[in-house]
Amino acid sequence: MHPAPSVIVFTTLSGAGFGLLFWLGLGLPAVTGRVAFALFAIAFTLAAGGLMASTFHLGHPERAWKAFSQWRSSWLSREGVCAVAALLIMAAYGAGLVFFGARLVALGWLGAALSLGTVLATAMIYAQLRTVPRWQTPLTPALFIAIALGGGALLAGQVGAAMVLLALAGLVQVLWWRRGDRALAESATDIASATGLGRIGHVRSFAPPHTGTNYLLREMVHEVGRKHAARLRVIALALGYVLPVALLALPFSHALAALAALCHLVGIAAARWLFFAEAEHVVGFYYGKR
Amino acid sequence: MTTLPGTTTRKLGLVIDLDTCVGCHACVIACKGWNTENYGAPLSDQDPYGAAPSGTFLNRVHSYEVQPAHGTAQLVHFPKSCLHCEDAPCVTVCPTGASYKRIEDGIVLVNESDCIGCGLCAWACPYGAREMDQAEGVMKKCTLCVDRIYNDNLPEVDRVPACVRTCPAGARHFGDLGDPESEVSRLVAERGGMDLMPEQGTRPVNKYLPPRPRDRLDEVDVLAPLLAPVAEDARGFLGWLDRALARL
Repeated sequence: MHPAPSVIVFTTLSGAGFGLLFWLGLGLPAVTGRVAFALFAIAFTLAAGGLMASTFHLGHPERAWKAFSQWRSSWLSREGVCAVAALLIMAAYGAGLVFFGARLVALGWLGAALSLGTVLATAMIYAQLRTVPRWQTPLTPALFIAIALGGGALLAGQVGAAMVLLALAGLVQVLWWRRGDRALAESATDIASATGLGRIGHVRSFAPPHTGTNYLLREMVHEVGRKHAARLRVIALALGYVLPVALLALPFSHALAALAALCHLVGIAAARWLFFAEAEHVVGFYYGKR
Repeated sequence: MTTLPGTTTRKLGLVIDLDTCVGCHACVIACKGWNTENYGAPLSDQDPYGAAPSGTFLNRVHSYEVQPAHGTAQLVHFPKSCLHCEDAPCVTVCPTGASYKRIEDGIVLVNESDCIGCGLCAWACPYGAREMDQAEGVMKKCTLCVDRIYNDNLPEVDRVPACVRTCPAGARHFGDLGDPESEVSRLVAERGGMDLMPEQGTRPVNKYLPPRPRDRLDEVDVLAPLLAPVAEDARGFLGWLDRALARL
C-alpha cells in the first residue's frame, strides 16, 4: 500500500496523543493548574494535529463532516465520532483541572475510554480489510493499543507503566511482523483464485491492461522500499521500543525522558511507514505483482 | 446508510465469456466514452499526450497466459469491472454514506456529492474496481450504465451497458442474475459460470464463463517414423574431419 505521509503522521501522533489523554483521564499523573495545562496542550496538539493531518489526503476535505454519519457500519466513521467525542469530553475534564483544580472523575474515565476507543477504531479500519491479509488480524488492534498505552504512559511520565507497556508493545510488534510475513501466502487468495483460471493450469500475467501506471498501482501495489525493510525494522524496534525502555531505566531526568519520547515517536513513525509500505493488497495479483 | 440491503429485488449484472473475448479493448473505450460525459464527474486523464499518461477507467482488460500440465499454453483475455457484489465491502466501509447498493436492482453506486475522496472503498475492493479520479477527487466506478439501461430516450437495443453494446465478439452479456430463468442465468448454469476470488466472501453478481476445453486431435503422426535421424555418428571423410576439428 502507498505509505501516504499524512496517514503515517496522523496515526503516529494521534495514537500518542490519545494514549496520553487516556492516562490523564485516569488521573495519572494527578495534575492541576499549569502542569495540567502543559500536559493537556501536548496531548491535544498531538491528537488534534494528527487528525488535521489525516484530512490532507482527502479528495474533498470540506465535506469531512459528513463522515460522522455512518457510525453504524463504518469504522472510519466510528473513528471520527470517537475522536471528536474524546476531545470534547477531555477538553471539559481538562478545563476543570486547569482552571478550577477540580477533578471530575467520571468525566475523566469516560474521556479515557473514548480515547482508547479512537485508537481501536483507527486500528480496525485496517484490521477489517480482507483485501490486505497482513493487516487482517486481531494483532493489529492489539499493536495499535499497546503502542498508544505505552507511548501515552511515556508522555505522562508513568515510568514503571511505560517500561512494561513499551516492552509488551515491542513484543506484539515482533509477533505482528512474523505473522505478517506469512499472511499473504497463507491466505486463500492467489492469481489462480483471482482469475478463476487456476483449474486449467498455471496462470501468469501476460499483458497488463495498459502500458502506463494507474491509480490502483500507485495506491495499492506500492513496492518501493521493500529493499530496506529488514534494516528499517531494526531501526523501528530500537528507536520505538528498546531505546525508550533503556533510557527510562537510567536515573530519571526530564532531558532523558524527553529524549525517550522523541526516540519513541520516530521509531513508531518508521514502523508505521513499514505498516503501509510492506502491506500487500490482493489486487496486485491481477497485475502479476505478487 | 452504507449498510447493505438484506436482499435486492433484482440482481442486474454482467456475464463475461472468457472463451470468446478477443481482447480488443473496445469495451474499455466504449465505457470511457459513455461514462466520461454522462453519470457524475468526467473520467479525467493526466498527461494524456505526454511521457507518462494515466487516467481513470471503469473497465480494464488484462491478458493472462495459462499453462496446463500437458499441452500448449493458452492466452485468456480478461475484462474486469465492478462485480456489483451482494456483500460489497466497499459499501460498508464508506464513512459518509456516499457508497450504496440499490435495493431495486442491486447496482452499487457512488453519490459523488457526498464522497470525501478518502479512498477506503478502493482499499476494501479486492478487484480494483474503484478508481479515484485525480481531477475531481471523488471515487469513480462502474454504474452498469444506469443512465442507459432505464433510458427511454434511447432505442431499446441501446438500453444495455455501453461495454455490452459495443462488444464485437458477443463476449459480454447483461441481465438479471437474480432470476434463474433469465438468459444470463441460464448461460451461467450451462457454462459453469464462476466467481472471482470467492474466498473473499464478496458474493459477486457478475459471473465469468471459463474458456471451453480446447479440441484435441488423436495423435496419429504418419511422418514421425520417417523423420527419425538416420545416421547418429558421422563416418568416412566427414567423420575424420569431425574428429580432426574436435582435436584442434
